[in-house]
Amino acid sequence: MHAERSFYRAHERAILGGAMVLLFLVAWEGLERGWWTELLRPLLGASAERFTLKPIFISSPTLVAQAAWRMFFVTGEIWRDLAWSSLGYSLGLALAIAVGIPLGLAAGWYRRFSYAVEPFLSALNATPQVAFLPLIVVWVGTGLGARVLIIFLLAVLPIAINAHAAVRTTDPRLVKVAASFGAGDWRLFRTVVLPSALPFLLAGLRLAVGRGMIGVVVGEIYGSASGIGAMINQAGSRFQTDKVFVGVLTIVAAGVILVEIVARIERRFDVWRPTTP
Amino acid sequence: MTAKLEARDIRLEYVQPRTNTRLVALDGVDLEVMDGEFVSIVGPSGCGKTTFLSVVDGLIAATAGRILVDGEVVTKPGPDRAVVFQDASLLPWRTALGNVVYGLECIGVRAREARERAARFIELVGLAGFEQHYPYELSGGMQQRVNLARALVMDPKILLMDEPFASLDAQTRELMQEELLRIWVQAKKTVLFVTHQIDEAIYLSDRVAVFSGRPGRVKEIIPVGIERPRPLGLKREPRFHAIEDRIWGLIDEDVRADRNRQGVDRGGANF
Repeated sequence: MHAERSFYRAHERAILGGAMVLLFLVAWEGLERGWWTELLRPLLGASAERFTLKPIFISSPTLVAQAAWRMFFVTGEIWRDLAWSSLGYSLGLALAIAVGIPLGLAAGWYRRFSYAVEPFLSALNATPQVAFLPLIVVWVGTGLGARVLIIFLLAVLPIAINAHAAVRTTDPRLVKVAASFGAGDWRLFRTVVLPSALPFLLAGLRLAVGRGMIGVVVGEIYGSASGIGAMINQAGSRFQTDKVFVGVLTIVAAGVILVEIVARIERRFDVWRPTTP
Repeated sequence: MTAKLEARDIRLEYVQPRTNTRLVALDGVDLEVMDGEFVSIVGPSGCGKTTFLSVVDGLIAATAGRILVDGEVVTKPGPDRAVVFQDASLLPWRTALGNVVYGLECIGVRAREARERAARFIELVGLAGFEQHYPYELSGGMQQRVNLARALVMDPKILLMDEPFASLDAQTRELMQEELLRIWVQAKKTVLFVTHQIDEAIYLSDRVAVFSGRPGRVKEIIPVGIERPRPLGLKREPRFHAIEDRIWGLIDEDVRADRNRQGVDRGGANF
């Protein structure tokens, strides 16, 4: 008895989380298969029918799983979309990192540069960036360029804003230490500013990873022929609900994996910080 | 004996940005520290003693006057002076060893030699075995030991200490004072030590410079004249109290004068 309880205690989080997911899947499956209607008919009579929904509306876990199996391993049609989306996503995110980090660090380091770029950063940050999509299409068309650009636009702001704040919050006492030991600007930057900024940079990257996913879907809905976002859009307009779910779940899975990778990098650089109880 | 450090008529003015008024922080500070001597600066809070230390270090440029080390004028930080900072101020992402080698890195000492030298000084301050610990894993007293080793490893001519024990609890502070004297004897350094604790200043020093407040200048220099080594029990001896009373009197005068000038009773001297 005691041993079982401590097993539960040790895995409480996984057990409760897993149970909820399972419950949710059963409830969902039941809606499509009419389990709940059968169960409630004695109580509610004819109105129990409303507990059955057509697959076209909600599909079901088993239908989604079948569709996923088909798309990944029978027809293999999703791989092309996945590759196409990954390309746009990687390029957009890489560009956002390459621009956002130097931009933010420079704005934090040089006061005048910060004054110059602050209006743009604040304005862009306050705008829903997807509003720029029609303009982007006018400028670069609906190809890869447009998708890279919208992903870039979504991801660059959290990166730049965090990098900016990171430099600003450098402990002035440590700056004084470096100056007292005769460290030049470049050494001060390398040994004090950058290490203290790193957690902020990675937190910004973690936000950007999620924001970029929005770009994948929105960018491809706007007239792209392939990619996960385009696939979702097309399947949706044909009422292929199970395919829509496969697409959405693929994006969810990719997002979770990427955020986890960044979180692991964060932990890797966190050895010098006291662990919060 | 020759003067290791000379401050000649140091004046420091600055503009307070909020009120846009010109303030004088230091006005004609003259001070000499002899080779191997331990000199402390005490004074009412806000008298500019920490600011003066920054001027000596070269972090703040004096409006007028000169700082000389071994007779040479200095205007920038250099390896001939090293600071033991208030609040330890260790780089939190570096281990104890990493922090101690920091200054050596800055002057281009090769990594391996820097590590060997740092290890010696970590041992000197009594932290052998803690080289790979991060600052958060060390107690306040241990962090201050790393802070001290970081300055000593530079082998400076002059050690500048800015209220290094202010944030420690009373017992640890006393222990660290005793330790500092032990290390000072071994390392044979010239020390300029800023503190707001009069007994700490007397216990450690050969001479105590009493600053007057706003603008700061040297009001009087009190020779301690008590033989070394000094046991901690010295602090309870009458001759120690006599010096303490004299310094208290000097500072008290100043605080009262300042209070009358402002016409405000702040309720108790705030050291």
